[in-house]
Amino acid sequence: MTVFNGKGVYGAIALGKISVFKRREAKVKRVHVEDTQAELKRLEEAKQRSVEQLQQIYDKALREVGEANAQIFEIHIMMIDDDDYNDSIQSIIETQSVNAEYAVAVTADNFAEMFASMEDAYMQARSADVKDISNRIIGNLSDAGADEETDNEKVIICADDLAPSETVLLDKDRVLAFVTAFGSSNSHTAILARNMNIPAVIGAGEEFLNAIKDGTFAAVDGYTGEIFIEPDEQTVERLEKKRCEDEDKKRLLQELKGKENVTLDGKRINIFANIGGVDHIGAVLASDAGGIGLFRSEFLYLESSDYPTEEQQFAAYKKVLESMAGKKVIIRTLDIGADKQVDYFGLAKEDNPALGFRAIRICLTRPEIFKTQLRALYRASAFGNLGIMFPMITSVSELEKIKAVCEEVKSSLKQEGIPFSDSVELGIMIETPAAAVISDRLAPMVDFFSVGTNDLTQYTLACDRQNAAIEPFVDTHHEAILRLIEMSAKNAHANGAWIGICGELAADTTLTETFLRMGIDELSVSPTFVLKVRDAVRKTDLSK
Amino acid sequence: MVSKTVTIVNAEGMHMRPAGMIAKAVKAYPDTEVILKANGKDIKAKAVMQIMAAGLKKGTEVEIVANGTQEQAALDELAKMFEDGFGE
Repeated sequence: MTVFNGKGVYGAIALGKISVFKRREAKVKRVHVEDTQAELKRLEEAKQRSVEQLQQIYDKALREVGEANAQIFEIHIMMIDDDDYNDSIQSIIETQSVNAEYAVAVTADNFAEMFASMEDAYMQARSADVKDISNRIIGNLSDAGADEETDNEKVIICADDLAPSETVLLDKDRVLAFVTAFGSSNSHTAILARNMNIPAVIGAGEEFLNAIKDGTFAAVDGYTGEIFIEPDEQTVERLEKKRCEDEDKKRLLQELKGKENVTLDGKRINIFANIGGVDHIGAVLASDAGGIGLFRSEFLYLESSDYPTEEQQFAAYKKVLESMAGKKVIIRTLDIGADKQVDYFGLAKEDNPALGFRAIRICLTRPEIFKTQLRALYRASAFGNLGIMFPMITSVSELEKIKAVCEEVKSSLKQEGIPFSDSVELGIMIETPAAAVISDRLAPMVDFFSVGTNDLTQYTLACDRQNAAIEPFVDTHHEAILRLIEMSAKNAHANGAWIGICGELAADTTLTETFLRMGIDELSVSPTFVLKVRDAVRKTDLSK
Repeated sequence: MVSKTVTIVNAEGMHMRPAGMIAKAVKAYPDTEVILKANGKDIKAKAVMQIMAAGLKKGTEVEIVANGTQEQAALDELAKMFEDGFGE
């Protein structure tokens, strides 16, 4: 077994035989021609054929990957019509009296070089597009047509690199996966792979090209970017299992996508997603979640080497709100301390960090950090449906202080003429036993509660989450925890607030019925569990 | 000849899609020449590769200059595309 590592661009597993991608790439020779007019005519015909082919590819892409992704081929057509590009080809033919193939190849190199030398990684990747259209014209000039005979066995396509048009033209029913030795994750090829739902690994390296030949058995793990050539039995078994799980998930997804979160007897619940960064919005949208129930803002602080500015935070929050297009987005304010430490905060070492200086305690002690975050949040609220949630609440007075800071931030934004939404919902995490016990006092002050079951379990059962030795004592279904949640739900509803659960327990489908009976309004889970929980809700009958 | 100065508002700047949209729009006015002036350069609006190669970023000011029989219509359409951030 030989293992190669690349970058997985679409997470899925494939096992099968390798087929090395063969390109009808004619070697371009420089040939002297007498009749340059005839050469220009030949060029014109080849260009016309190329445009016709691209039109067909565009139509195929439109059907298979949608308009936004098909658009690239429309632009390829425009590139073939581009004046500068054509002037260059024409002038090479005319001034050097050479064949059209050579003129196109030289022009392609020059334009590709120009894009490759640009600073922007996106623009650098565009040199592949220039080469793609140019190779097509050259192919049509030499008319090397004649597609290869192929049998119908599904294969793993391996290539040095794949042009976008080559990717779309691959017969989806024959492709198990594709692997390229080069290429960037910015390339349209990678984007198309994601949209075609084909497991794909790019950048496996030059060595990879030498190691493959037609018919060799291989396994591709699009999650990790690993490629196993002639994998051993254990690897095959492991990946086959993963692949079957994927298939099951996909089936579930197909059946449940777009369906309501409603029990057999008609009770509805919201199922939202938890995420920890802007990068994961794609996963949320793909999961069919009705909103974001917990957006952990810590990543902004953890990924930074200094306090993130208001602008940086605003940009991130705005992006999430806009991407969710009017769906609810609940952003939790800074929750560091305990197991999440950030150097530049200069926090002292503590004996009991879980019971220490963390989350809202930092924010209320250092209001400048808190205000910066709240300003960014309120500014972003103008771009979507925002809820703000505060972690680690234990008392009414904390909540009073928080609300005073919110008012202060709002009034200064108003004075500066900066727009914000006046329907931002404010809520708190119920993650300390104290908050649950006084939830009747807290509920009138907020729009919603969200139960953080991980911390609520640790504090209620006096069990340190980080200590593996006491794991046998951690009963996440402990009656005390369930009673605290039920008590919070009653008090929320009695005061016109709604209640959700955003801890790990929300995805525990053995409790879905219990939560529904308590009247929990929302369950927020990791994107991968959204459909699993929907499935459980739809199988529950509360009338029995 | 008419002209108008606009600012690039879409976050990704003049990447492939906006460049394609501009070139496509301008081709509908064959009798009108449209030039984009930005960063001290003149860019032909119908040349998709030139627009891309200019690598114009968000916040860049672009003067659209149209000259020809349908100059006002071409200018208005392009200016609106810039202002709408190319639908992004």
